[in-house]
Order: sequence, then C-alpha cells, then structure tokens
Amino acid sequence: MNGPHDLGGQMGFGPVAPDPLEPKFHAEWERRALGVTLATGAMGAWNIDESRHMRESLHPALYYNASYYEIWIRALEKLLERHGFISADERAAGHGIWPGVKPLRVPKAADVPGVLARGAPCDRPVKAAPKFEPGQQVRMINEHPTGHTRLPRYARGKLGVIEAVRGGYVFPDTNAHAKGENPEHLYTVVFDGRELWGKRGDPALSVSIDAWESYIEPA
Amino acid sequence: MSDDHNHEHGHHHDNELDPFAARVKALETILTEKGLIDPAAVDAIIDTYEHKIGPRNGARVVAKAWVDPEFAEWLKRDATAAIASLGYTGRQGEHMQAVFNAADTHNLIVCTLCSCYPWTVLGVPPTWYKAPPYRSQAVIDPRSVLAEFGLKLPEAIRVRVWDSTAELRYMVVPMRPVETDNLTEDELARLVTRDSMIGTGLPLRPGSLDPGALWPATDNEGGSGS
Repeated sequence: MNGPHDLGGQMGFGPVAPDPLEPKFHAEWERRALGVTLATGAMGAWNIDESRHMRESLHPALYYNASYYEIWIRALEKLLERHGFISADERAAGHGIWPGVKPLRVPKAADVPGVLARGAPCDRPVKAAPKFEPGQQVRMINEHPTGHTRLPRYARGKLGVIEAVRGGYVFPDTNAHAKGENPEHLYTVVFDGRELWGKRGDPALSVSIDAWESYIEPA
Repeated sequence: MSDDHNHEHGHHHDNELDPFAARVKALETILTEKGLIDPAAVDAIIDTYEHKIGPRNGARVVAKAWVDPEFAEWLKRDATAAIASLGYTGRQGEHMQAVFNAADTHNLIVCTLCSCYPWTVLGVPPTWYKAPPYRSQAVIDPRSVLAEFGLKLPEAIRVRVWDSTAELRYMVVPMRPVETDNLTEDELARLVTRDSMIGTGLPLRPGSLDPGALWPATDNEGGSGS
C-alpha cells in the first residue's frame, strides 16, 4: 500500500539529528514494548509481514507523530485483537475479562536464548530457475497494490541492473495476508541516482533494493 | 480506538506518568493475566538486547576481517556463515550481507520502509535510524545525511546506498584506518564504531581508544570485552 511508511525520497522531516549520547531506551516502557512485542511474536500467531503491514496501516497522522516503539505497540494491540487474544473492552479495563484464543506456544524465560538465536529464517527453495541474471538491465513494475508490498514507490517503473541473485525467499505480498508463503527468487537491483531522482540527482550515487521476481520485468 | 484522537503528540514518553507508559503497562497486565506472555521471558528478551547483543559483536567481525584475509573473503562470500563462526546468529541476522567500503566507494545502510537492521551484530537500532528524517533522506541525498554525522566525503567517492527492502540484513565493513599496523585484533575492534558499520561514520583513529566514546555505557557489557 502507498502508506506513511514508504519514506524514501520524501522531504520536510527536518534534520536527522543524531545524538551520540542517546540511551538505548528512553524510558522503562520502551524496554517493555520491545520485550512484549518479541514475546508475543514468538507465540507464532502472525508472521513478520503481517506485523509490518499492521504498522504501515496506522493512520499517517498517527504514524508520523509516533516514536517507533509506539508504532510497535499500537500495531501489536490491533494484531492481538485481530487474532482473538484480547479485546478492546479488556484494553479499556486494563485487565483480562474473556478467555480468548489460546496461543500455539508461550515462550518461557529459559526458551528465550534459543528463540532469539534461531530467529526466523525465511529463505525457501524455489523450483523454477531465476528469470533474471546478474548484469541484466530490468525495469521495476509500476503497480500500486492496496495490500502489503516491499517495492518502494521511488523505485517503481525505474530502470535498474540485476547485481545479485539471492535465492528463494517468502513473498511478503501474500504472506502478510495469510495467502501463503509463495517463495520467489530475490534479486539485488541497483539504480543510478539520476534514474531515480532526475537531473538534480547525485551523479555519484547508486541505490539498491532487494526485489522479488514479480516486482521485476525485462527492460 | 477512541484514545487515538486524544493522544497528545510531541511529548517524549520519558516517565511512568506518561499516558503511553500506562497504555503499555495495561497491555502487559492483560497479556500476563491471560497467560499469553511470561513476564520472566519478557525480562530475558530485554536483558539480551540491553546487555548482551550490541555493536561490539559487529566490531569483532570487522576487526577479524581486517587482520584475516581468509575470513574477509568468507565474509564477502557468505556473511551469515562467517558471522555465525564468531557466535552471532539469530533474530534479524538470519540472512546477512557484508558490504565493504573501498577507496572509491562508501556504503550506507537504510530501511526506507520500516526499521530493518542487523540486530545480531549491531543490537537494536538507534532512534534516528527508525525515524522519518533518516529514512526519507538517505536514498535521495545521502551526502547531506553523512555531513550531519560530520562525515564530508570527497565528491569523487561514490556513495552506494543499500535499502533493506527484504530479509537480507546489511552491515558495512569500513576500511582499516591508517597507522594501525601494530594494533592487535582486540585493539582494532575498539576503533570500530556502530555508525561506521551503518555507514554514517568512519572508524576511530588510533589514539582515541576510549570505549566510552564508542557506544553508550549499556553496550559495553556485551561479551567478554577486550
């Protein structure tokens, strides 16, 4: 979707303002937000693509005003409700009221090192041979799906060159919507700065994205 | 969610009286009461990313690549395996790529669509990495972004920006600073800053070996140190 999250090339957000003394967490609630988000993710009820799509579906005014941990929590509340684990009246009450859906698993403290060290690899075998090869000139499709996609707007319709063929990976556009993993070949596609940004673009800039095969067409 | 409209924007959520802190606490209470989370598991996750996993991991990878050409070659070819050989595996580092700076090319990592970041080697991302100013500018005007970090690249040096749009996680391997021939691998690792592995900085020069200058104090507990 053309949501608030698709930020590449947008203007007007002001300086990056890096703070060398920035603490890892600004408040105790940020620690809890990290821990609760990862712990509930480990229940296995949703995948990373569904979770990303929930975040990017927040209203743009809210998305741009929220810190990233706030975005995480607001999306998590909606995921927990969508999957029947909690309800809006429970959130209003601040306590559990209904039995709710039982999760596949609830990781205990002893499980945490293993869960985090394993992660969730999303490479998958793909039977068909890759359609594109390194060095080939390609064009990115110019489509504007209303659901989840990982093809940023700034690259749509643009000419690029296949730099690397990365192997098969879960396709987020379907996986986010419970329509299956449908793995596809993934490619690193590199673009010249001026192809992306026009005459005023930096002539000594290249930008690459990682693109699934169905985002790409022959040039 | 009716409270979305009442949410007071622009505040900093910096204490427990903050309405958003109360909201997170309420959510955690419900999840605990319903048996959906184990609070001790939440504590263990926080402890992992606050104290155990941080940019010191990545610094060890870079220092090893500087002193061991065979390891550098492996890192270039199969970063996931090379990094795993040092014990760094897992969440948000399942599929790693290491990109090497060269005399004519400077690499920069961004995620314009969310906040993808190589957690296994750098820990949790800094706030600016996840925020709109960096995510919007890094792909269109990276030199101005680098200048904000005090890094003014000569025009002749090409900038290569890697937008992490899939599940590959990138780390930059900066060039080894000059006048470091006599340093050990451990000493070299202490020159490798977090920002130099994102591409928004360069490694420190010898003579500035103050660990406090490299990472926030909370990161210095990671691993065995040097």
